[in-house]
Amino acid sequence: MSLSLDDVSRIARLARIEISPAEAERTRDQLNGILSFVEQLQAVNTDGIAPLAHAVDVVQRLRPDAVTESDHRAAFQAIAPETEAGLYLVPKVIE
Amino acid sequence: MTDLIQASLKELSSALAQKKISSVELTTLFLDRIEQHNPTLNAFVTVDRDKTLAAAQAADAKIGAGGMKCPAAGTAELSPLCGIPLAHKDIFCADGWRTTCGSKMLANFIAPYSAHVVDQLNAAGMVMLGKCNMDEFAMGSSNESSFFGPVKNPWDTGCVPGGSSGGSAAAIAARLAPAATGTDTGGSIRQPAALCGLTGLKPTYGVVSRYGMIAFASSLDQGGPMAKSAEDCALLLNAMAGFDPRDSTSLERPAEDYARDLDKPLDGLRIGLPREFFGAGMDDGVRVAVEVALAEYRKLGATTVDIDLPNSSLSVPAYYVIAPAEASSNLSRFDGVRYGHRAPDYTDLNDMYAKSRAQGFGDEVKRRILIGTYVLSHGYYDAYYLKAQKIRRLIAADFQVAFKSCDVIMGPTAPSVAFRFGEKSADPVQMYLSDIYTIAVNLAGLPGMSIPCGFDRDLPVGLQIVGPWFGEARMLNVAHRYQQATDWHTRMPEAMK
Repeated sequence: MSLSLDDVSRIARLARIEISPAEAERTRDQLNGILSFVEQLQAVNTDGIAPLAHAVDVVQRLRPDAVTESDHRAAFQAIAPETEAGLYLVPKVIE
Repeated sequence: MTDLIQASLKELSSALAQKKISSVELTTLFLDRIEQHNPTLNAFVTVDRDKTLAAAQAADAKIGAGGMKCPAAGTAELSPLCGIPLAHKDIFCADGWRTTCGSKMLANFIAPYSAHVVDQLNAAGMVMLGKCNMDEFAMGSSNESSFFGPVKNPWDTGCVPGGSSGGSAAAIAARLAPAATGTDTGGSIRQPAALCGLTGLKPTYGVVSRYGMIAFASSLDQGGPMAKSAEDCALLLNAMAGFDPRDSTSLERPAEDYARDLDKPLDGLRIGLPREFFGAGMDDGVRVAVEVALAEYRKLGATTVDIDLPNSSLSVPAYYVIAPAEASSNLSRFDGVRYGHRAPDYTDLNDMYAKSRAQGFGDEVKRRILIGTYVLSHGYYDAYYLKAQKIRRLIAADFQVAFKSCDVIMGPTAPSVAFRFGEKSADPVQMYLSDIYTIAVNLAGLPGMSIPCGFDRDLPVGLQIVGPWFGEARMLNVAHRYQQATDWHTRMPEAMK
């Protein structure tokens, strides 16, 4: 299957990346090129094969539910685009 | 001076310990070389002479005082790396240093903390020379996707250095740094090491902490050393490896001395040669260099055995589902709110996200985020991501079978020597295929390395060595013995002398 321009704009919206109409066709063609390249995976029989997420067989570690981090707010907010009174500023979302 | 830029880390270590040279003098030598050659090569994106020299002074004080705790080996002795300068790939956060990941998104990002790897190497007394250029967010095999412009290959400035750790590779090849850090998600240490004539090692997944290493594809990303020789890499890995509770996939294992087996003879070593790695697709010059290297190994007492990795042709397509999927998730953190680029004009919150990301990311990064978003989207997850993860198990199982009949696997690192700028940048899939021999190793989580084994058309050729899980010490031994018998790893570009 191959992606349409509508598909590309839907994916771009999900990814929160603005794509101009001028870029859309080229993007569609390149994405279709990649998708047709990975299409060969579909021909492989993977019945009964468990997916592999971590190459070494380990389980997720647990740790005591205790505070391990100290307060770095000032340092972290110093590199933020816009802050005020210790808060990150974003455009108004609730009218 | 040529002696110092060509010296091994062990030689530099003993020159420093015997006070034949100070860390400040040694560091100044490399800072001067960076100043001289970086305008041509573009290997470094950030250099801070004052900060670097302050670190060198601190290292000199430690050397003067004698004993200091070396965290990796856990001894009370001075670390053998103390006072030696090195460069960091700009994917590693370093407290107070600009850390860009090769992206406009992070062009003004000053890291507020250090990566585990940076902490470990700082603690060992290594002196940070600066931050090396790279493909944007480590997505690329040529360094052409960097926001800061391409890195030039010191062997031929019309050619790419490989990627994504291309700045690290060019810096060492031009002798602007004795060693560097790199990261490898699909070949990003090994392929540039091959294209620049270096030794580079990607450890077993989980050996080196990913904390503070800007995430691309978390189940594949692994940091590792890049240097002139296997011996250098062993010393660096000793300081870089180790359990770190801040990385959820860091492995809790006893510390190892990766240099312990360097000098062991290779008698009886069984080298597996995957038929799939010696078929069509490899340049003749590369094939010849690899064959000559294998003949040298037979002289050193090894035997070769043909093996099969029947699913290896699926590794590049499986990778281009898994890596973009994980990237699309990891890179969703770049939203223009807490750090990184924010678009100057927007209408509402969603528009701010979409514009900030459209402006902050380059084409290749956007492409991979879009592919990843698609393969993870409703209705496609099973067909793509889950399918690729299953195939990943088949690929890993091939290696497990293969290692029953051999100790290490060898083949070419890359199908060709360094290619020219623009040669593969128009077609993403062509670029992806330059990692055809390296990607399966990441999918299986195995350790892999590249060592220089000759030249084709005056450009370096890399020999890939793949080991079983946790086989690093053996691989370094295999590489070191070869480097004792040959001198490819000592060659440096004439123009950089």
